[in-house]
Amino acid sequence: MSATTTPAAAKPLPTIDPVSKGFWDLANRGRLSVQRCDDCGHRHYPGAPVCPRCLSKDQSWEPVSGRATLLSWVRFHRAYWEGFAPEIPYAVILVQLEEGPLMISNLVGARAEDVPIGAPLEVVFERATDQINLPKFRPLQG
Amino acid sequence: MDDFRALKDKIAIVGVGNTAYGSFPETDDYGLGAEAFRRAVADCGIERDKIDGLLVCRVPYYARMGQILGLNPRWTITLPPHGRMSAMGIIEAAAALHAGLCDYAALIYTNIGRSRRVNYGGDESPGFWDPWGMTSPGAAHAMMFRRHMALYGTTTRQLAEVSVAFREHAILHPDAVMKKPITIEDHENARPICEPLRLLDYCLINDGAVCIIMTTRERARDLRKRPVLISGFGAREAYTESSIANFDLNFWYDEAQDMARQAYGMAGVGPGDVDAFMCYDNFSPTVLFALEGLGFCGRGESGPFVEGGTLKLGGKLPTNTDGGHLSNSYMQGWALNVEAVRQVRGECGERQVPGAEVVQFAAVTPCCRTIIYTPG
Repeated sequence: MSATTTPAAAKPLPTIDPVSKGFWDLANRGRLSVQRCDDCGHRHYPGAPVCPRCLSKDQSWEPVSGRATLLSWVRFHRAYWEGFAPEIPYAVILVQLEEGPLMISNLVGARAEDVPIGAPLEVVFERATDQINLPKFRPLQG
Repeated sequence: MDDFRALKDKIAIVGVGNTAYGSFPETDDYGLGAEAFRRAVADCGIERDKIDGLLVCRVPYYARMGQILGLNPRWTITLPPHGRMSAMGIIEAAAALHAGLCDYAALIYTNIGRSRRVNYGGDESPGFWDPWGMTSPGAAHAMMFRRHMALYGTTTRQLAEVSVAFREHAILHPDAVMKKPITIEDHENARPICEPLRLLDYCLINDGAVCIIMTTRERARDLRKRPVLISGFGAREAYTESSIANFDLNFWYDEAQDMARQAYGMAGVGPGDVDAFMCYDNFSPTVLFALEGLGFCGRGESGPFVEGGTLKLGGKLPTNTDGGHLSNSYMQGWALNVEAVRQVRGECGERQVPGAEVVQFAAVTPCCRTIIYTPG
């Protein structure tokens, strides 16, 4: 392996499978979604093969508002993947979507220490590959 | 048996053994397991051939372990290499002994993570949130602790009390890995790993093994040492947010409360009766979460509670008297159960809690487990 033949160290990518495909299809169109049970209406994320509340197999990916609340954040000083090494130290945030489910993501457009826990955020997308448009969050504008 | 509480005081730990702790690339999992087993057998004086139950955790292959130890038991269980399995395994063995599935059970835990350079994150343990750079159990605890700070005003200086107390205990423990004294300032100035956590909030990664031998209270009378009884236990899992491994938005509070009710009710004691506390401490915040969940202090009050040496020997609640995972050895809860047994026996020398009669182990994790030990 030499630097000239090795592509830049990549970051890990999401796994697209039959359950998650709907989420990433919507993400590619700039829409954040959660899985909603067609039978009982339960909303959850990540997706699951059956509804965790009623065990129904009939579920759909439903676009959500994209608004969320900052619950917590951490800052990594260690790179567990080479792809993250250039960004150290980097922040990871925990948010709760307006519709309920929790998500782990990254903060865009602000430093984590400048955003209080409980602050309102909104989704933005950052394209990782042709297939993957990653949801991230920034402080709610306006 | 209609209810698990019928197991109160029926099952005893009769033998315990551990290897030295450190870096042992010259041996392997089986070599470490065999040494811990030899020491536990010697500790209780049991005839090896009487052992007819085998539970292994983090041992690669139970059958090879059995072959090496000359065991062909009639009960075998293997548990995954997760930190939350120790009390789970002890409770399963108690149930098996009570049901007569075996008469004497040997529980063996081995870890050669130091020599194998295990690092608990990245591609070694793929997770759902990797694309956003979220990985490792330490980061999950950092995420929880930041939230605890925001909700309750808990500080990293209060968190330091945990690491400092356990290091003091490790210095008194001949087998412990970390022997250098540390202060709150050392904790505050340590290298950040995943903020708000720093190096001294993280458990060790070292090689070693632990063995525990259990039987019924009646059979225990024929063995060398005074038995240590399992007087209470409790259990509750928290799987709802498991896509974020090792995480719970509410610090496992409800689950810990549930297991505490079970265990204290079964043993007929309360938090105020606990002479020494052995708390699973893969990362220092979980000790604070455990203190709240078990009711040693009020919800959100663990920060002030641990200030001023509460967890130290001589303090209000001597905790992890062997140094815990932070400073003794990363035996994923197993060594803490051994320490509980030795405290009840009065074998702990300089780190002995005088008159320790009620010693509690707890792991507040996605699998909450607690065990209350008393003298037989």
